[in-house]
Amino acid sequence: MGNKKLMLGNEAIARGIYEAGVKVASAYPGTPSTEISENLVQYKDDLYCEWAPNEKVAAEVAFGASVSGVRSFACMKMVGFNVAADPVYSAAYTGVNGGFVLCVADDPGLYSSQNEQDTRAICRAAQIPCLEPSDSQEAKDFTKLAYEISEKYDKPVVIRTTTRLAHSQGFVELCDREEGHDFKYEKNIGKFVMLPANAIKRHVIVEDKMAELAKDAASFEINKAEYRDTSIGFISSGIPYTYIREAMPNASTLKLGMVHPLPTDLIAEFCSKVDRVIVFEELMPVIEEQVKAMGIACDGKNIFTRLGEYSANMIREKLLGQAPAAPAATDIPNRPPILCPGCPHRSTFYTLKRLKLHVAGDIGCYTLGAVPPLAVIESCLCMGSSISSLHGMGKARGPEYLHDWVCVIGDSTFMHTGVNSLMNMVYNQSTGTVLILDNRITAMTGHQDNPSTGKTLMGETVPAIEFEKFCRGIGIENVFTVNAFDVDELTKTIKREVKEDHLSVIVVKAPCALIPEARSKKKCVPNPDKCVHCGACLKPGCPALTRNADGTIKIDATMCNGCGLCRQLCKFDAITEVE
Amino acid sequence: METKNIMIVGVGGQGTLIASRILGGIATTAGYDVKLSEVHGMAQRGGSVVTFVRYGDYVAEPIVEPGQADVLIAFERLEAKRYAHYLKKDGVLIVNDTRIDPMPVIIGAAEYPEGIIEEIEKEHTVYKADATAIAIELGNARCFNVVILGMAARHMDYAVEDWHKVIEKTVKPATIEINKKAFDAGYALAE
Repeated sequence: MGNKKLMLGNEAIARGIYEAGVKVASAYPGTPSTEISENLVQYKDDLYCEWAPNEKVAAEVAFGASVSGVRSFACMKMVGFNVAADPVYSAAYTGVNGGFVLCVADDPGLYSSQNEQDTRAICRAAQIPCLEPSDSQEAKDFTKLAYEISEKYDKPVVIRTTTRLAHSQGFVELCDREEGHDFKYEKNIGKFVMLPANAIKRHVIVEDKMAELAKDAASFEINKAEYRDTSIGFISSGIPYTYIREAMPNASTLKLGMVHPLPTDLIAEFCSKVDRVIVFEELMPVIEEQVKAMGIACDGKNIFTRLGEYSANMIREKLLGQAPAAPAATDIPNRPPILCPGCPHRSTFYTLKRLKLHVAGDIGCYTLGAVPPLAVIESCLCMGSSISSLHGMGKARGPEYLHDWVCVIGDSTFMHTGVNSLMNMVYNQSTGTVLILDNRITAMTGHQDNPSTGKTLMGETVPAIEFEKFCRGIGIENVFTVNAFDVDELTKTIKREVKEDHLSVIVVKAPCALIPEARSKKKCVPNPDKCVHCGACLKPGCPALTRNADGTIKIDATMCNGCGLCRQLCKFDAITEVE
Repeated sequence: METKNIMIVGVGGQGTLIASRILGGIATTAGYDVKLSEVHGMAQRGGSVVTFVRYGDYVAEPIVEPGQADVLIAFERLEAKRYAHYLKKDGVLIVNDTRIDPMPVIIGAAEYPEGIIEEIEKEHTVYKADATAIAIELGNARCFNVVILGMAARHMDYAVEDWHKVIEKTVKPATIEINKKAFDAGYALAE
């Protein structure tokens, strides 16, 4: 088998970064891109990698490293690409010194995201070359190729992945790291300072370079015309290409490794050699519209949906007329994701529910506070939006309106963009109650560190940014820290603060139940003799708690994390905590 | 060899990713082409999770689609029902005969279906066991996933020694012996 290894798409991209001789990598975690950085750490003797507080910062770090003359990298999920859009659109104008590559992970099917946006469309708008691999080997190879393209055409280059590619494993052939890709820095104000007078000239270069790249792309090996039966010719890329190979292995295919700019000459040639052209691409008709604009008739979104993931069965049904496979069972209960047993957010949300407060939410595990039985979060838009939304509500309806509202934001999300929103509240004299749910980790994406945890991606211990000090530092006087599991204290503090016409921040603190060293050694144990079947303990919706047939409470000892929330809610001492 | 399609389904946090690592490891030992697809992220918080494993001479897509699974490994009954339509006509279900209530059932908004296994047995061969109970007897409740893998191994193309080697390489050193015992217990069950 030689030097082959089974690797996740994300693992393979990390390997590609290493092999390409990259020296600086920065990222903010986001499913499905997170494992790229987590896998980069193993190469830390050869490269620097970090968690940045947000994607804009990560892209700018990579830009700076590139200007200085080394190969650099930033990665993010697709909504993070919006955050990074500001530097990225202008970096398309400045171009690079050392190769500058970004990986952006889309999420068709919405496994872990708030929308189904298509990164290829943004690459088109920003005039940035975009490569799309279809398996782990290509993920590594395309990453390395992206650096060559970046340096040759003087452009940042995007590797676009999807959840299915990022989280699928396939064989990857390992190579050695290449060194010697450093460039000398030379002062070049006309190139790297985007004043209007410079940018107007750079825009000409942007268009020229993209035209040149589109022409050269016809001979790129990653854009492959494969002629088989020519009655149907598919144009596709990425994972959807693999569905064609499964469902119609005899059909001709034009597999595009580069999805922006398109190799128009190659497309024209391919289309002239097949009887019918079908563009098979998930999400937006990015390729289809450009093929049509070339004056070529083709099918695409008239047959296949803009929604969700594609499959081989979709081709079998829509094009081969095969009967659909047996349908899924209906009328069975869903199993939505839930807050874990022992999660500190459960205690917080149950408290907010009992206080009958409205909650503006944010992005993280705690978005699950919108799900029954808690169902207290009433809005959630994007990273950092909870605080700004609350501010907007207050400005629209006045301070009294906010007596029934709070907003909640996690530690990492606060560091990401919540800080800006909170500064806005201070500056524009807002009232309102902001809850920072500090569980000591970036939890939803699988436990990454952030500026408030005191640890870096590369494992160094560093000073942690403290929320209380930070908030006081920007001029907020009413800042309180409360243990998330101290229901009485939490209730008292929130109840008091929402009624005040001032800005207050409550740091609700308790570590994520999945942090091994934070795990409680205790377990909650029911005492059926004292249980009056009132069900008060069941209300927060802890999955470890169910009822026995006789109405008493059963606590699953393998699930219970001993957080003690149910014990605090029981007025009859029917639950005890044991070591 | 024609591509073999295996699925593992369960509840987030039950250890499906470790099981898929072991399956991936075993699939690489025979020189076949292999692809695996997993669910990370939000669903891992107690949601319904699925892992696909495919091996054969050439594997294009990384997922198993409805009507194609040779072996469906379910860590929980309701999840077996949710994914039973992925089974081929002659596909085999290996199921941990245990019940984990999803939140809609816990809060009384839905009912947990009865007779799940009996219903699937009408169409497919089913091997069931209370793997959790077996794992507890062996000394570690969390090993139930390897008991189930042992049962599934009967329907795959790899030798017991190879499974043992992969287990040794995949699980934490302290749990190698108990996981090997768990595998053997499962393998014996599916005889």
